[in-house]
Amino acid sequence: MTWFTDHFSDVLTLTGKHVYLAGVPLILGLIIAIPLGWLARRYKVLYAPLIVGTGLLYTIPSLALFILMPVFIGTRILDPLNVVVAMTIYTVALLVRTVADGLGAVPESVNQSATAMGFNRVRRLFTVELPLAVPVISAGLRVAAVSNVSIVSVAAIIGVPQLGSLFTDGFRRNFTDPIVVGIIACVLLAVMFDVVILAFTRLITPWQRVRRAV
Amino acid sequence: MNALLTWLTDGANWSGEDGIPHRILQHLEYSLVAVLIAAVIAIPLGLFIGHTGRGRFAVVNAAGAARAIPSLGLLFIAVLVLGPRLAGDAAFIVPCEIVLVVLAIPPILAGAYAGVEEVDPATRDAAKGMGMRGFEVLTQVELPCALPLIFSGLRSGTLQVVATATIAATAGLGGLGRFLIDGLSVRDFGQMAGGAVLVAVLALAVDVVFAVVQRYAVSRGLTGRFGRRRVAPALAPDPALQSTH
Repeated sequence: MTWFTDHFSDVLTLTGKHVYLAGVPLILGLIIAIPLGWLARRYKVLYAPLIVGTGLLYTIPSLALFILMPVFIGTRILDPLNVVVAMTIYTVALLVRTVADGLGAVPESVNQSATAMGFNRVRRLFTVELPLAVPVISAGLRVAAVSNVSIVSVAAIIGVPQLGSLFTDGFRRNFTDPIVVGIIACVLLAVMFDVVILAFTRLITPWQRVRRAV
Repeated sequence: MNALLTWLTDGANWSGEDGIPHRILQHLEYSLVAVLIAAVIAIPLGLFIGHTGRGRFAVVNAAGAARAIPSLGLLFIAVLVLGPRLAGDAAFIVPCEIVLVVLAIPPILAGAYAGVEEVDPATRDAAKGMGMRGFEVLTQVELPCALPLIFSGLRSGTLQVVATATIAATAGLGGLGRFLIDGLSVRDFGQMAGGAVLVAVLALAVDVVFAVVQRYAVSRGLTGRFGRRRVAPALAPDPALQSTH
């Protein structure tokens, strides 16, 4: 415990980096997954290739993907950008299916009403379908957030500093304190991401609260 | 890119104790042992929980919590704490295998549990109406109906094991992770990238094997796989059961 109080500011710095490396890909991944999920929904022929294809991306072990990133995007091995891009790929892999399922769960009658009211396809997507799909997408985003926080720590092996550095550091010195602190910090961070996503979902879906109250 | 191809095509890397074929076999062996042990524990337990509804709360939360625990940290703790109590190679292998099993259990358990729970109540009632006992309903109706989700859980757990076994090379375990870690320590990018390609291919190959087994193991009545119709979406794992790497 003294280790933690002595190194509090270091842990805080690493936590900040961890939030960045896990959080930015979450937002980028969502932005990329929405059009892909929409395509999978809109064109039946694209559904299977998109869902299976992104599912296969998720199969690639994280350490392998981090190491291969420089081959694909021409960065140096220690560049944190490798981690951001790799994590974005994992987030997209998890979210495309969620977005497609979420859009698919919107009742057809609602879509038809929107069309009958003169909404064009783009307006219908952004003002009717996506808002109604928020609860499903948010559930997928929570899974992605928690797994991102956990996967990012692996990047410590290739020398990208974040909370995972506490694991490699503790292991190298045969010292369990930093590892335990790192694990606890990771779990707390995952819970924090979860709470933020839940709160944001509540904020943008006021009709859900009304329904529950009635 | 060139270093990668040079390393992969160098015949010297394809033979001996630290050659590619031996490392692949090692990796498969560690993974297979872990998944088998985890499945033997988790599948019966998941079926029981799904069938009786007891302990439901614990399973749902365990699967979620397990996703949040970073496997690298868990691995290092296990090796540091258990390693000194064991001799020789067992000092790395046993703690690593324990962690692999622990990480594989939650997704497999969640798959088995969710599979049984999601069986149509009408189907279950019909089985009871035909005079089946509880155990018969479980083995002859619920289990076959739960197979798609059981496979989802198994694939997710296996994926996690293959990925974590790679990371376990930092803690001294053999397998393909050795190329990534040893290459990293001597700044040999060819070896690192070559190892990474092999790990990725191995993970994909294992998942494809599971997908094929699943295709033929799951009843046609469930998949609608009659004639030449394809069931490609069944190849994609369920994100809710997804574990981390």
